[in-house]
Amino acid sequence: MDRRQVLIVEDSPTMRQLLVFALRRLKGVEIVEAQDGMDGLRKISSDHFDLALIDINMPVMDGLKLIRLIRGEESLKDIPIVVITTEGAKEDRERALTLGADEYLTKPIQANRVLAVARSLLKLD
Amino acid sequence: MSDDSTKIFSRGEEFLQLFRKGAAFTKELLEENQRLRRTLVEVDHGQRSAARNPEEWGKLRLELVNRIHSLEEDYETLRERLVQVESENQHFAERYLEIEEENNNLANLYVASYQLHSTLDLDEVLKIIIEIVINLIGAEVFSVYLLDDATELLKPVACEGANVEDFPHCALGEGVMGKAVSSTETTCWNEPRSDDYSQPIVCIPLSVQRCPIGAIAIYSLLQQKDGFSALDHELFTVLGGHAATAVFAAKLYSQSERKLNTIQGFIDLLTR
Repeated sequence: MDRRQVLIVEDSPTMRQLLVFALRRLKGVEIVEAQDGMDGLRKISSDHFDLALIDINMPVMDGLKLIRLIRGEESLKDIPIVVITTEGAKEDRERALTLGADEYLTKPIQANRVLAVARSLLKLD
Repeated sequence: MSDDSTKIFSRGEEFLQLFRKGAAFTKELLEENQRLRRTLVEVDHGQRSAARNPEEWGKLRLELVNRIHSLEEDYETLRERLVQVESENQHFAERYLEIEEENNNLANLYVASYQLHSTLDLDEVLKIIIEIVINLIGAEVFSVYLLDDATELLKPVACEGANVEDFPHCALGEGVMGKAVSSTETTCWNEPRSDDYSQPIVCIPLSVQRCPIGAIAIYSLLQQKDGFSALDHELFTVLGGHAATAVFAAKLYSQSERKLNTIQGFIDLLTR
């Protein structure tokens, strides 16, 4: 079975733990955590990832900047990105999708929705 | 030259193998053909015999009609069984969805209580309470109050969506919030938001052994949040108990650490 690697970039340990719990239900998926945008950039640049879940409001480097940097890098530009954020306004969603996010999920998250989106972007059955 | 001979010989062997396989296959086909011819002759013979003799024809006809009835009964049985299996599948699918939702809710509650008890530092505990209220409940403006034992006043110590100074102090047992906290029961008001910080939309008293030590007051929710779900009420219960215990333990730890340092200081002085 092909192993997929998913990166979670989220400064809240509570949210990270919740996302790990949800994604662990996917078979053949390894999960790596990053605690801010800079940590996320370091990790995504040094290893191959099949999906990235990124929070917007983070210290050191926010999620929008991280997405811009990822999409600007040739070797990383095709990685599917899911934004997970408290910002529910339509313009926030459009901004993130314009920058290159593939999906936009608002908090409080529903684990089923995260799983469905991850399954779809990882092309799992 | 000998190389060419070897190649020709091996190619010859390959062709021979192919021909042998072809011959075996053809033989099988011929045998199958013979068998089918024999079956056809038997069926034809049976029909001709029945056509010549009316009694035989009647028997054949009866046999076929009985066979049809039997097949129709089998069909009905299978159809009923299919309906039953579909109904069971539907039930299992619904049950699966219920269990999955229950599982998700339990995960939320587990994560909340795990995080609350993961530290003995009061600032960390307050930070975790804020994370839970934002990320798991979906509140936009809220404040965490702790009870000052000396003055019996509830004072805001942490908040989100406004400044700590904006939230009022309130006496235990007085005013809307003070009374709600005294009751040690979570109180919800049927309002979508409140700009009056003395009147929250939800007040979650933090209590240890039915003694209030503080409260979480929510004033508005995130834009995408439509009211409170059953899970949110479960989270209120977790916060009311576990957050209270976590805060209480952190404060005790901090006090005992200070006392320990003081005693250690005295011992160091005496033993110098």
